[in-house]
Amino acid sequence: MKFEGTSSYIATEDLKVAVNAAITLERPIIVKGEPGTGKTMLAHEVAKSLDAEIITWHIKSTTKAQQGLYEYDAVTRLRDSQLGDEKVKDIKNYISKGKLWNAFESDKRPVLLIDEIDKADIEFPNDLLLELDKMEFFVYETGETIRAQNRPIVIITSNNEKELPDAFLRRCFFHYIKFPDPNTMEEIVEVHYPDIKKDLIQEAFKIFYDIREVPGIKKKPSTSELIDWLKLLMTDDVDAKILREKDPKKLIPPLHGALLKNEQDVHLFERLAFISRRENENVE
Amino acid sequence: MFINFFFDLKQASLPVSLKEYLMLMEAMNKRVVDSFNVNDFYYLSRSALVKDERYLDKFDRVFGHSFKGLENPEGETTKEIPEEWLKLMGQKYLTDEEKKMIESLGGWDKLMETLKQRLEEQKKRHQGGSKWIGTGGTSPFGAYGYNPEGIRIGQKEGKNKKAVKVWDKREFSNLDGDVELGTRNIKIALRRLRKFAREGAETELDLDNTIKSTAHKGYIDVKMMPERRNKIKVLLFFDVGGSMDAHVKICEELFSAARTEFKHMEYFYYHNCLYDAVWKDNNRRYNDNIKTWDVLHTYPSDYKVIFVGDAEMSPYEITYPGGSVEFWNEESGETWLTRMLNVYENAIWLNPIPERYWDRIASTSIIKQIFSDRMFPLTIEGIDQAMRELNK
Repeated sequence: MKFEGTSSYIATEDLKVAVNAAITLERPIIVKGEPGTGKTMLAHEVAKSLDAEIITWHIKSTTKAQQGLYEYDAVTRLRDSQLGDEKVKDIKNYISKGKLWNAFESDKRPVLLIDEIDKADIEFPNDLLLELDKMEFFVYETGETIRAQNRPIVIITSNNEKELPDAFLRRCFFHYIKFPDPNTMEEIVEVHYPDIKKDLIQEAFKIFYDIREVPGIKKKPSTSELIDWLKLLMTDDVDAKILREKDPKKLIPPLHGALLKNEQDVHLFERLAFISRRENENVE
Repeated sequence: MFINFFFDLKQASLPVSLKEYLMLMEAMNKRVVDSFNVNDFYYLSRSALVKDERYLDKFDRVFGHSFKGLENPEGETTKEIPEEWLKLMGQKYLTDEEKKMIESLGGWDKLMETLKQRLEEQKKRHQGGSKWIGTGGTSPFGAYGYNPEGIRIGQKEGKNKKAVKVWDKREFSNLDGDVELGTRNIKIALRRLRKFAREGAETELDLDNTIKSTAHKGYIDVKMMPERRNKIKVLLFFDVGGSMDAHVKICEELFSAARTEFKHMEYFYYHNCLYDAVWKDNNRRYNDNIKTWDVLHTYPSDYKVIFVGDAEMSPYEITYPGGSVEFWNEESGETWLTRMLNVYENAIWLNPIPERYWDRIASTSIIKQIFSDRMFPLTIEGIDQAMRELNK
């Protein structure tokens, strides 16, 4: 079992090494990185390339570790008992399986994506420590132990909103997806739009990386935003010449709404455009 | 063989543990990567040993240091580059004119020999110029170009990335915890300071208790409990004006991060040292100030106190009554600081000046002493330590 990237996902060399290490050693891998660098995508692509089932567990601020294992529905049971339902005699009827249980039960080695683990409470990862390490847990209500038939490939993404506990990190591999350089970016775009015009890409890249370099910008545009913007440029059939436009009056790139996502950034950009326009006029 | 590397990492105070080292060994044992490839080993060890992007840069530096002898750019290149490939690249990128020039030099074999010879002669790294293998000019090797960090043939942009050692590029330098500060990072650092408790209005259903009580009583008896909240309470004191002007940005960031992070937070301003009054609005500091005694009496001792200031002043401003540069203070700054520390057990000082200069500034040493060494640099690392200290 080896992950080599797929036709729709460009994986860098270091990412492949990290993922393969996690697969071989059956340890979880934590993926961090700027928003929009394809952290969640990675899990889906790993599943695709290994032809494995993907089980996704989205974490919210209210998610508890127990919910990933199983939940015991006491309220329904209480109601059933008052109605005299026969079901009430077997406690198993009121235990609903969590994502981890599903993953452990799977016949073929699945990919388990724990998405945005940092959204949960600070203690959340600690509560899953043993379960992810041993890949087993105990169901108190029925007294059975659930053990993984095939240790799932666990991919955990984090947006760095909370620090993860050391004990948890020690058991995982770690990869930080850095923002792709122009070469990698070109490959990524090619995967998404194979028939895009070369000159359009070049000009669009220039603008894109320029915007990312603007000091003080609140939200830097990311890969997914570039992809969206290129799509818009293609559907509107914008010519590369317009992007190359050095006319100071049109310094704001066309369809910039796809790249700049808050009004402060748009204002900042307009102000900068205004300043450079004035400078140009002075030169003339 | 890698034990030394592991201890180098430890020495550089990277948080690596034996478990992680064993994990790396296991991965090597199971042949996750080809062990003869340094780059793959670098990626693997990075992924197994580093668990936070803050440490990536430090890791790169240690790796570069530990495995310095392993890859010698000058020595190995002659062996590494297959001649066939060179030829191919040459034919692809050379003009007819250049090819003729090669012929005049005695053909490919001769040329390769000279190249090897030159590489051996050339002991030092070389940048620019025309005699050695460099860029352009009179050297017959000009067309290929020689990268000072390794070898790059043909100048096809970035396709042979391996030429430059990956870890030498230090791509993660701006993620180092000692360097970068932004509100987001400060927030994460501040989150160390948390103590959850259920207090206040009962708004959540306490399921366990409800079931228990229901079973006990025989009818449905709903029990509620208060929501879990961070109950940490913080007093922030900011030094403003004078030498602090240079640190305004970082203080703003700390302030905005603290405000979103702590529900119970009060802030005050002071100048240089704490005296008998503080204020909340810098424009009205002389008319509308708050007596320090009032602060001490208003906020109970379970508040955590954070002082932010460069602690850079004349020592008299701390130790003598009347030492303040702005007004006549009846009691010395030291007296006031000690009073503060007597009330609030958990107090620390954050200093925007890098730690290595502290010993050279007399006033900084005095304050550090008053705070019994609980002074931390205003970096992510420092805030992190400070929050641990406050949590004690």
